Amino acid sequence: MDLKTFKIGGVHPPENKLSAGAPIEAAALPKRAFIHLGQHLGAPAKPIVQKGDKVRVGTLIGAGEGFISAAVHSSVSGTVFAIDAVVDASGYKRPAVIIDVEGDEWEPTIDRSPELKKDISLDKKAIVDRLKEAGIVGLGGATFPAHVKYMVPEGKKVDTLIINAVECEPYLTSDHRVMLERADEVLVGTRILMTALGVERAVIGIEANKPDAIEILSRKAKDHPGITVQALKVQYPQGAEKQLIKAILNREVPSGKLPLDVGCVVNNVGTTVAVYEAVQKNKPLFERIVTLTGKKLPRKANFLVRVGTPITQLIDACGGAPEGTAKFINGGPMMGKAMVNTDIPVTKGTSGVILVDEADARRNAPGACIRCAKCVAACPMGLEPYLIEKQAEYALWEDAEKEDAADCMECGCCQFTCPAARPLLDNIRLAKTTVMRIRRERSKK
Amino acid sequence: MSNTIVSLSPHAKGPLSTEKVMWGVVIALMPSFAFSAYFFGIRAIVVTLVATIACILTEFLIQKYLMKTTVTAFDGSAAITGILLAFNVPSSIPIWQMVLGSVFAIAIGKMVFGGLGRNPFNPALLGRAFMLASFPVDMTTWPIPVKTQWLWEMGKTVDGTTAATPLGFFKEGVKMNASMGDLVAQRPELYDYFNLFIGNVGGCIGEVSAFAILLGGIYLLYKKIITWHIPVFYLGGLALITGIFWWMEPAKYADPLFHLFAGGAMLGAWFMATDMVTSPMTVKGQILFAVCGGLLCGLIRLFGAFPEGCSYSILIMNAFVPLIDKYIKPTRFGKEVNYG
Amino acid sequence: MSAMILYPVIMLGAVAGIAAILLFLTAKKFHVEEDPRIDKVAELLPGANCGGCGYPGCRGLAEAIVKAADKGDIGGLSCPPGGSTAMKAIGEVLGMAVAESEPMVAVLRCGGTHEKAPRTLKYDGAPKCVIAHTVFAGEKGCPNGCLGLGDCVTVCAFGAMYMDEKTGLPVIDPAKCVACGACVKACPRKIIEMRPKGRKERRVWVNCVNTEKGAAAMKYCKAACIGCGKCVKECPEKVQAITLQNNLAYIDPKKCIACGKCVLVCPTKAILATFEPPKPKPVEAKPAEAAPATPA
Repeated sequence: MDLKTFKIGGVHPPENKLSAGAPIEAAALPKRAFIHLGQHLGAPAKPIVQKGDKVRVGTLIGAGEGFISAAVHSSVSGTVFAIDAVVDASGYKRPAVIIDVEGDEWEPTIDRSPELKKDISLDKKAIVDRLKEAGIVGLGGATFPAHVKYMVPEGKKVDTLIINAVECEPYLTSDHRVMLERADEVLVGTRILMTALGVERAVIGIEANKPDAIEILSRKAKDHPGITVQALKVQYPQGAEKQLIKAILNREVPSGKLPLDVGCVVNNVGTTVAVYEAVQKNKPLFERIVTLTGKKLPRKANFLVRVGTPITQLIDACGGAPEGTAKFINGGPMMGKAMVNTDIPVTKGTSGVILVDEADARRNAPGACIRCAKCVAACPMGLEPYLIEKQAEYALWEDAEKEDAADCMECGCCQFTCPAARPLLDNIRLAKTTVMRIRRERSKK
Repeated sequence: MSNTIVSLSPHAKGPLSTEKVMWGVVIALMPSFAFSAYFFGIRAIVVTLVATIACILTEFLIQKYLMKTTVTAFDGSAAITGILLAFNVPSSIPIWQMVLGSVFAIAIGKMVFGGLGRNPFNPALLGRAFMLASFPVDMTTWPIPVKTQWLWEMGKTVDGTTAATPLGFFKEGVKMNASMGDLVAQRPELYDYFNLFIGNVGGCIGEVSAFAILLGGIYLLYKKIITWHIPVFYLGGLALITGIFWWMEPAKYADPLFHLFAGGAMLGAWFMATDMVTSPMTVKGQILFAVCGGLLCGLIRLFGAFPEGCSYSILIMNAFVPLIDKYIKPTRFGKEVNYG
Repeated sequence: MSAMILYPVIMLGAVAGIAAILLFLTAKKFHVEEDPRIDKVAELLPGANCGGCGYPGCRGLAEAIVKAADKGDIGGLSCPPGGSTAMKAIGEVLGMAVAESEPMVAVLRCGGTHEKAPRTLKYDGAPKCVIAHTVFAGEKGCPNGCLGLGDCVTVCAFGAMYMDEKTGLPVIDPAKCVACGACVKACPRKIIEMRPKGRKERRVWVNCVNTEKGAAAMKYCKAACIGCGKCVKECPEKVQAITLQNNLAYIDPKKCIACGKCVLVCPTKAILATFEPPKPKPVEAKPAEAAPATPA
């Protein structure tokens, strides 16, 4: 099979998929769950429970507010202890519902039977409504509310659904395990999404470093007309929407536009299982697969975790943080966030937790730019990171805008490849946010 | 958890560092160093070491006492300048001239602009240009390879120890209206591809052996320190222009293969034109830079006052780098597409 | 020999002469008639080009002032560093009345020193507050406190700020501060405030901007304002300069009489003053400065 990939830039960081062999296991229930109301991109949900209320697993506790927002459900059964601000990964406090766990009683509407339900009975609109009710968001990390993606505006024509099973981030293996253990659900979920979009074609893009997943899905996809599996060359950031579309369909999403504009929708593979469960089993999104990994972590694991479980509990289940752990990454090493402590809860966007020791965690001391041009060669968006960094340093925001700083997708290739260890992306992010702010202010005038 | 580190993504580090890049180039220069030591002996080793130490020391002193900044003199970049400068002079050069050239290369060629990464011109080439202008006789007296191996006192003092470089010999000969055929018959060893390839000809310390330079170049490519664009297009440009004239008048001009192996073209293409600081940032820019450099080098060799034009061609193109970087941009993703 | 000297002299002299004539003619032809008052006004400005006034450089402000003077009112324009002295002088030149403006000074409102708020985290990235602010709550864990990376120090054009290595906080030298406001704009957490200098340099302010509940704030900072309200009660009834909002006290400089009583009652010593507050005697201390600190 020929391996496709995108053309401009990219790097190949060490893969370190240490936990690829660990089967998915259910994590223990927490004693107290901290469920953030803003677990998705967009406006935080509005709490609809009060202190002292009894909730069950799957009970709606936060209603979506506004167009881009998602519902939040309880992941445990018990009593609402408080609705208060709880520290998130960044150390800032965000509103959350705190629930004291008592037993494990599920909402009776959820179908907990293990059988695979293959037949799709709902129509387009009903599926999108169900996604909205179930609070489904993209589980790849961006946590974009799923129902918004599938409300295709008038005049736009979609012909292909792309399932993003690339998992190009090093270390993370949650999507890989999902494909191995829940291939049937992935395929049915994909078909549900195809129905929602009304398309005949879906392509599952998988990087070649997961041959077992490619094998299983290719074999099973034969029973699902329209679904094909495409093997891709291992290259970061292939899991980025625009790069994946370029790799699979050779279509280039224009700057500032959406995949919809080139006739496709991209969906993470983990999300397809959540979609399957929401539509076929009536189960809202309140748990997800989280990879627990790290070079020195005693045990590597892929947990099925209830949202709101403190991360400390997961680390303890893997034997505790080893001596000398200096950084806890929420997500992958290229785009994830460093957490301020481990007491913060799992959210819908937590794809993995990586424990990094001191030597790997610390950045090298930055030196002078030696104009080696490696950042320019590595940028998948064809930008000039060294230049934008300089412009950010001297606050030349208008120049940065001309250099398309706003097109940066923060993949981190430039900083990864920089021999002088310059904080390229730190400054480019600053340029990007400033340029976007200037643009907003300009459009207001 | 007082040692928990928080930073923005990416949390992964690439394998390269400035030191690794710089010392990698130094390692890549070692084959040429070994060959020059074989051909020109102890004197070549001493000259190279003197230049290297002088460069590092100059950078160290300037950083420590003039600029009062963090000392990065030992990151390898000064060592590269020193080695390259030494590779660009004949091994018979007086030591004091070598030291003066090294100091000039670092102080004027690099540190006055602010140090590493800020110099517009390749410091080693600037040093060479300075030395060629200041000491023209010593800079163009070439010891004979192998024969001069164990001689310390060289050059004018010992009879029969000076040689002509292949480029110089043919250029002078053609100026005297001799045809290429006669000249080759006169000194066949200077038009021998094997001699040129191995380096058994008169010339600067490090430029004579195309083979050793290619070894180093392959190492640089393997280590991903440089990309293939600049050397290939530079040599391509040179072969193109010399090839055109050779095709028109073979009696007057040497063939392109000779031009590729003779003189400093190989060293220039692999080690000087690829100098990161003074080459363009985009691949398109690098190609333009290299092709123009190769063409210029050929033009200077064929029609200029000097038999060798490599160093000047690169210096001239260095001056165009800011312009190239300003106007040649990489292909932006999603900018030049039009979907209905 | 003489020719060797003579010819160059004549040649160069001729070139110089022609160039001089050309320059003279161009200067004449393209001369821009400029209001002479602009030069005069610009001379009176400090010339630091700090941008504190909002115009590009001192000359920009001078042009704006002259333009406004033609319209008859230069009220809205002022030079923060030059203060009222500069504006008064300008007013005299232009023959306009200038309203007296109060001299201001930048005040840091964070007491999270290394000692009071130990660093529990390590920031590893580009050393800029604007960037660190987007990453996390800060090395001390305070979501409102000083990040200690010195964006304010970098922008200060008057050398009035420096980073204190011992405390990890910036220090403002009130003698050098010209109240241009650059640091206020640079701080992503709005910790630096412009406050009136006060009579005899007497100022009192709450040295904290943390809005979290007292217990939560005390977890990471022993110098935080915990919103207990003691200062509000202590403030003389006629003055009532202190308000409490979002667990944070704020002293209104317009009302404050700089008596210093609140400084003494604050349990976390989060209220600072530029003077030694009078010790509470058995007899209730009378307000030291009864006159309002802010005339006009």
